[in-house]
Amino acid sequence: MLSFTLNDHPVQCKSPAPETSALTLLRTTLGQCGTKEGCASGDCGACTITITSPEAPRRYKSVNACILPAHQLAGCHVTTVEGLAKETQLHPVQQAMVEHHASQCGFCTPGIVMSLYALYENRQEVDMVDDSHLDHHIEQALSGNLCRCTGYRPIRDAARAVMTTPSGPRPAQDKAPVPPAVSTARDYLLPTSLSDLHACLARHPDAPLVAGGTDLMVEANARLRTFDTLIDLTRLPELKQIMPLQEGWYIGGGVTFEALLPLAEKHYPALAELLYRLGSRQIREQATVGGNIANASPIGDTPPIWLALNAELILDGLSGERRLPLDEFFTGYRTTVLGAGNYIKALILPSLARHQALWVWKLSKRRDDDISAVLMAASATVTGDRLDHVRIAFGGMAATPARAPALEQVLEGHQLTAARLAMARKALAEEFTPLDDVRASSTYRRIAAGNLIERLYWHLNAVPGHKELTHA
Amino acid sequence: MRKLIPAPAPLPSDAATRHSAPHDSAVAHVTGRAIYVDDLPAHARMGYLAVGLSPHAHARLDGLTLDAVRQSPGVIDVITAADIPGRNEVGAVYPGDPLLAERELRYAGQPVFAVVATDLVSARRAVDKAVIHATPLPASLDAVEAIAQGLTVLPVHHHERATPLDRGSAMKNNTQTREAPGEAPAASHCVSGTLSIGGQEHFYLEGQIAQAEALDDDGIRILTSSQHPSEVQKLVAEVLDRPLHSIVAEVRRMGGGFGGKESQAAALGAMAALAAARNHCTVRFRLPRRDDMLMTGKRHPFETHYEVTTDDRGILRDTTISLIGNCGHSPDLSEGVVDRAMFHADNAYYLGNARVTGHRAMTHTASNTAFRGFGGPQGMMPIEAAMDDIARRLGLDPLDVRKRNLYTDQKDETHYGQRLDQHLIGPLIDQLEKQSDYRHRRQAITAFNQENPIIKRGLALTPVKFGISFTAQHLNQAGALLAIYTDGSVLINHGGTEMGQGLHTKVCQIVARVFDIPLGRVRISATRTDKVPNTSPTAASSGADLNGMAARDAALTLRARLLDLAAEQYRQPRDSLTFSDGQLIADGWSMPWEELIQAAYLKRVPLSATGFYSTPTIHYDKTTGKGHPFFYYAYGAAVSEVEIDTLTGEHRLRRVDILHDVGDSLNPAIDRGQIEGGFIQGAGWLTTEELKWDDKGTLLTTGPATYKIPAYSDAPPVFNVALLEGHPCSQATIYRSKAVGEPPFMLALSVWSALRDALSSLTNYTTSPALDVPATPERILLAVEAIKSASTPAACPEGADHG
Repeated sequence: MLSFTLNDHPVQCKSPAPETSALTLLRTTLGQCGTKEGCASGDCGACTITITSPEAPRRYKSVNACILPAHQLAGCHVTTVEGLAKETQLHPVQQAMVEHHASQCGFCTPGIVMSLYALYENRQEVDMVDDSHLDHHIEQALSGNLCRCTGYRPIRDAARAVMTTPSGPRPAQDKAPVPPAVSTARDYLLPTSLSDLHACLARHPDAPLVAGGTDLMVEANARLRTFDTLIDLTRLPELKQIMPLQEGWYIGGGVTFEALLPLAEKHYPALAELLYRLGSRQIREQATVGGNIANASPIGDTPPIWLALNAELILDGLSGERRLPLDEFFTGYRTTVLGAGNYIKALILPSLARHQALWVWKLSKRRDDDISAVLMAASATVTGDRLDHVRIAFGGMAATPARAPALEQVLEGHQLTAARLAMARKALAEEFTPLDDVRASSTYRRIAAGNLIERLYWHLNAVPGHKELTHA
Repeated sequence: MRKLIPAPAPLPSDAATRHSAPHDSAVAHVTGRAIYVDDLPAHARMGYLAVGLSPHAHARLDGLTLDAVRQSPGVIDVITAADIPGRNEVGAVYPGDPLLAERELRYAGQPVFAVVATDLVSARRAVDKAVIHATPLPASLDAVEAIAQGLTVLPVHHHERATPLDRGSAMKNNTQTREAPGEAPAASHCVSGTLSIGGQEHFYLEGQIAQAEALDDDGIRILTSSQHPSEVQKLVAEVLDRPLHSIVAEVRRMGGGFGGKESQAAALGAMAALAAARNHCTVRFRLPRRDDMLMTGKRHPFETHYEVTTDDRGILRDTTISLIGNCGHSPDLSEGVVDRAMFHADNAYYLGNARVTGHRAMTHTASNTAFRGFGGPQGMMPIEAAMDDIARRLGLDPLDVRKRNLYTDQKDETHYGQRLDQHLIGPLIDQLEKQSDYRHRRQAITAFNQENPIIKRGLALTPVKFGISFTAQHLNQAGALLAIYTDGSVLINHGGTEMGQGLHTKVCQIVARVFDIPLGRVRISATRTDKVPNTSPTAASSGADLNGMAARDAALTLRARLLDLAAEQYRQPRDSLTFSDGQLIADGWSMPWEELIQAAYLKRVPLSATGFYSTPTIHYDKTTGKGHPFFYYAYGAAVSEVEIDTLTGEHRLRRVDILHDVGDSLNPAIDRGQIEGGFIQGAGWLTTEELKWDDKGTLLTTGPATYKIPAYSDAPPVFNVALLEGHPCSQATIYRSKAVGEPPFMLALSVWSALRDALSSLTNYTTSPALDVPATPERILLAVEAIKSASTPAACPEGADHG
């Protein structure tokens, strides 16, 4: 049995198959068709719903129902577009959308309404005072919602208007109690403590682990993959911890990117800038630090950053707990040292030392909600003009996220002069044979990666006009 | 009816057009109550359909092994070409599109067989169990090679004009030496180039879908997401070998169409109908996004070449443009698409002596189809490229070159012989130039570029002149059916379909205006082929022009009946009667609308009527390439400012200013929505939306993870859009409005031109860099690299600034 609250009404339904998406459950089993399927891959946002998890009942997360495992709804308050209007009274977000002519074909509209609803309901947390903040928050909220009709301007106007209007009475579910988390499925396991988890792993050592599910569910949808058993990592408080350590930060493997943002904004601004462009808000609400590493994609956005910062992993599970530099984690294309029955418990992220800088540059065809063609993360201590402790890692340049040791060596202990830049380019060119795929050619990756070193040169030499694109 | 309901209290009229009424489904959209085909309640015995697709671009189909498919759990039926009772053909204009492949596989993604199962997942699982036996054959995958080998879907077509004075000499001069110093009066500058233009996936958010229901009288009812329900009806009838009157196609709304559901939705309707008829049940056929992108056609990629000569002022003397449309494996709508590209090879410019050639290449890919602009955008690009090239050659601002070449009242005849009757584009550009502060910004950008070695900005103003009418003359007709009920509420049906463009809202406004009653009294129901027959597709921007007129015609018929009644019954002079603010009024006399209607009913006045409209004056002779194919032209212009990073090729759209001509707007908010939406869709086509195939001809970009349409942050932070005021349409269109669906799409050419401008700054505006589209970061970076590796501009040979 799976139970949760849907638009203020308790729902109990027969446990769906492990790979069932929340969208399928809503549309097929529950007949709630306001939530649309546009892509079934978490890229368009037409299926956006909000959930408030049992741990954070007052925070509305906007998520893509198409790649959300249905079982993750257990015990949550789920709101769909049908739940916003009370009788004939539209929610302020809906009213603003109507008044600003912000729907045309209407198919993406429920998702856009829900993304704005989440922003609206959470907005006491955010600074909506000045225009640039307001626009930033709106942009973040809508980063995962594609609209093919409007060109977005009326949606922007609707969002600006409603976010700056004092809110009326809060919706009822804000006060409604969060139901107990209930999922009694035998094939979708939701352990709530590490000992539970270890018992699950012992019983089902080969069961795939699912956290955000943003990759696994895409595959389930596209290839009709089924699973005998899935072990879910989202209900483990231990995996969601962020703690200061002597040497830096302990970041639980289950921390979502959205949850990581405050730390990044405060201590690693370059990381924060990257996180704003990692997937979309809906993806960031689901996707986890551990998942992005364990997935071992050569184009995952965060592993190069962790490599550049010399992060370590704490692995746990059937093989026992161990600590490992991330450098030693990836073994080949989508393979790692993490054996079956093991999971990433935490990332140990060193603090930035005095004079240590971090640069992260992501190149993709589209600014938001896109996968990197090339991503470079570089870190060094900068004293005067001299670079030390240089660590540079790339995504999209090899079969795994990879450091560029020869490049690092060229720069280590030196000033990045024009002559050194030429050497660095050469070292980089010899270091990688980048892939050629649908996102970019190997030629582009090679030239652009070299030019990212040049971008670093312009940054370090603070030449007027080295500015980057205006992200207005 | 024995007893009338009491007449409702009259409401003040908010009718009228020119009013920004919200979309008629706006509240349904935002509440999730708007129903799309996939949201319909499931029937008790419902089949779900999935199709098996060809894995080969070109192959002989040797056979199918489907036993495992039939035995797969949940399977109700398996259908192959042999099971089709009527014609195995769903081509819109010409044959060539079998519903299911028979002997030959003509593209990777072509439907080969269909499975009906108790649910979609079971159907898809069963499909995967098929074995398709095929012998691969050589595939045509390159449009230029296809033309060289004579592989076309339709014959070549030409537009040719030698201006009377220049006849004979001009075309010859074209081949003479270029720009000989000292020959100032006769100086002639020649620029030429090739430009490769990518296709575009429609990416309607609602994928292709149809649901067919077998009725008890051998009829079939199809609920379809189609821009052309009458064609769905016709093709279903042909596939099933049943008369048209037994088939009903119905469209309430689409979740986006953009041309992708003009011809290509029919295959889904036909497939679902066939399955429903065979199994006497209801069958839903929804394409998962991947299948949709593999199976259905896209905007035509074009390969183009242009060669122009100008005088010293940059004014065109001779223009030669060759357009190769990559049509895919079958004709589909490619005749019209390439024709429209040819008709728009001039964009807004007088070409001088002109020769425009349109080729229709056959490649073994999905059959490319209608997409907003219908070839117009591709057709306009070569001449816009030439305008920039001329400016660089002559050291002029591209805007000045453009302005000098615009049609004027002296030079008002297009290369296909139609004269322009409204000269709006010059004044429109002048106004936009001022409003957008073009000249100051040009200076500021030049200064910025001198100071910034890495980031470069670009600016461009490009015009649009777009011909309005179907180029297939017979499609320029529309019908409507209007009913007034005894409470005074009005129901209208017409042949147009609603895909988000606000057509239904506009038509309601038009009918409300005829009677001057509140918009709330008028309602539109789903488009149905049994209400209004033989309709044209909702396409060619013509929805409101045609259906608005037909609806008005029906309303005028009823209006006349009501006036006759009032004149006779209440002895009011007929000429003094007018409908005003929910009343019928005359001197010292008035009657609320609702009472009038009840009186009419009791007096047995028929309260329903049909309306009809056909566009006057249009004609075109394909043998001479001359005629008057368009009822009128819509105009517009846009200024785009971009910024590129020369290290990475990344770019941003910083600011856009648009001034666009919609005649007298029927609904300014809806028109603005079309302008902005069309512009951004065009910008996506030109920048981020890249289709890629593998070397065997299989599409690789089959979902939004790899195919990138504009996202929220791609819209320009400054986006000023204005409607041109004070210029009603010169032709008698519906309330002197103009079509607005497609023309704004081409305003986005300013983005591409601005990107070229930014690149040109790298050589201090002395060269005009080639930039194929989509201008992805990769293409921009490679263009930068090409400029960097080229020798200095001074050493650049004349005419060599184009590859």
